[in-house]
Amino acid sequence: MATNDLKLLGGWFSPFACRVQIALSIKGLDYENIVENLNPKSDLLLQSNPTYKKIPVLIHGEKTICESAIIVQYIDEVWKNNGTSSILPSNAYDKAIARFWVSYIDDKFFNSLRFGLFAQDDESKKKYFEELEEVLLKLEEVFNELSEGKEFFGGENIGFIDVAFGCYLSWLRVKEKFTGTKKFDEAKNPGLVKWAEAFSAHPAVKGILPETDKLVEYAIALAQRLAAAAAADAAPPK
Amino acid sequence: MEDIKVFGLWSSPFSQRVVWTLKLKGVSYEYYDEDLANKSNLLLQYNPIYKKVPVLVHNGKPISESMVIVQYIDETWPQIPLLPQDAYERAKARFWSKFIEEKSMQMMEFFIYDGERQERAIKETLDILRVIENESGLSEKMFICGNTIGLADIALGWVAHTLPVMEEIVGVKFITIDAFPHLHSWVKNFLEIPVIKNNLPPHEKLVEYFRERRKVFLAMASHHHHH
Repeated sequence: MATNDLKLLGGWFSPFACRVQIALSIKGLDYENIVENLNPKSDLLLQSNPTYKKIPVLIHGEKTICESAIIVQYIDEVWKNNGTSSILPSNAYDKAIARFWVSYIDDKFFNSLRFGLFAQDDESKKKYFEELEEVLLKLEEVFNELSEGKEFFGGENIGFIDVAFGCYLSWLRVKEKFTGTKKFDEAKNPGLVKWAEAFSAHPAVKGILPETDKLVEYAIALAQRLAAAAAADAAPPK
Repeated sequence: MEDIKVFGLWSSPFSQRVVWTLKLKGVSYEYYDEDLANKSNLLLQYNPIYKKVPVLVHNGKPISESMVIVQYIDETWPQIPLLPQDAYERAKARFWSKFIEEKSMQMMEFFIYDGERQERAIKETLDILRVIENESGLSEKMFICGNTIGLADIALGWVAHTLPVMEEIVGVKFITIDAFPHLHSWVKNFLEIPVIKNNLPPHEKLVEYFRERRKVFLAMASHHHHH
């Protein structure tokens, strides 16, 4: 029985649910992990997130909190005395910078990765993966600037950007398997290569990121579903 | 001595969010209006990623993205707080602020298109407004997530005075008292806040500006039709 009355409605395949799990892990919090199948969406999901009908949802007693970045901030604020340091930086400017980059990652990085992975034609794939490379060059710069020689975007401790970006690592490994190119180019992104190792090995992260092979299977099934849907859309009306 | 600069565009809903927030808190700043066809070197230096307004520069340190800036201002100058004290209420306010921020561009698409695409865009705007009307708590509170102006209201503020300008030009009306009674009240309450009332771009100038923008959009739309 979870002492804090915490439930996470999530899914092992979801980088967004992983963020919440890592945040809870950083704070040393027990919770009930409810895996949402999404096919069909459960009543619990539809009731607790009527606006987006998406995971993750954190259920804290009677309260439901949605949107992974918002949930992480909630956890950081409610349990600010747990864990060795806060997930978000303490000063307002650094917070703003962290929020800016998490927003950038969820927009530019996420979209070029997922559109690249699931693009129906080779030309689109190429275009999206080229964009992805540029985004990674930018994030390499950001890492070098913000880490100040330490292991993480957050410095000595994992922070908001680490948690947000780090949860995409499994999907980057899926891309590795699909395309045969390494998730981070060692020549162009040496900082990110080291960061990925440090992040994956961090005690709060261990066991949370899904295994690559399992995720590859999931991704293949998802790609098939998306291709079928696209074909259905393109087919002439009967 | 604080050095605060804002790079904005007088007609931009996103710039206005920053101006309203600074004014609400009584913070002084230098304002630079940008000509987006001819961006200043300072703007490009301070926002190399998106090259967009608004940008806030506080003692030489730049911040971009309107709602990131608004939260920064709220945390740095705590008078007239835009977020509640309670963590859960804060999470709800951030949720609605994010929803509104994400949907704002989409809500304006009816202004860019005509014909069938416009009809679809009008429907999408109505759907988004319906979510805000029914789910954001406006039935219980005067503002979104509270009885005083907050983060989500700042995000939505453009709907109170810029949306009507776009509506006037295109010939639609979204927030009627019958269809959206809560939002209808919200618009009135929002515009009655003295700081907001006194910091709106002049109506006629805005109409002129958006009339020109509409011509540009229609020209682009017909260009697509003929190819």
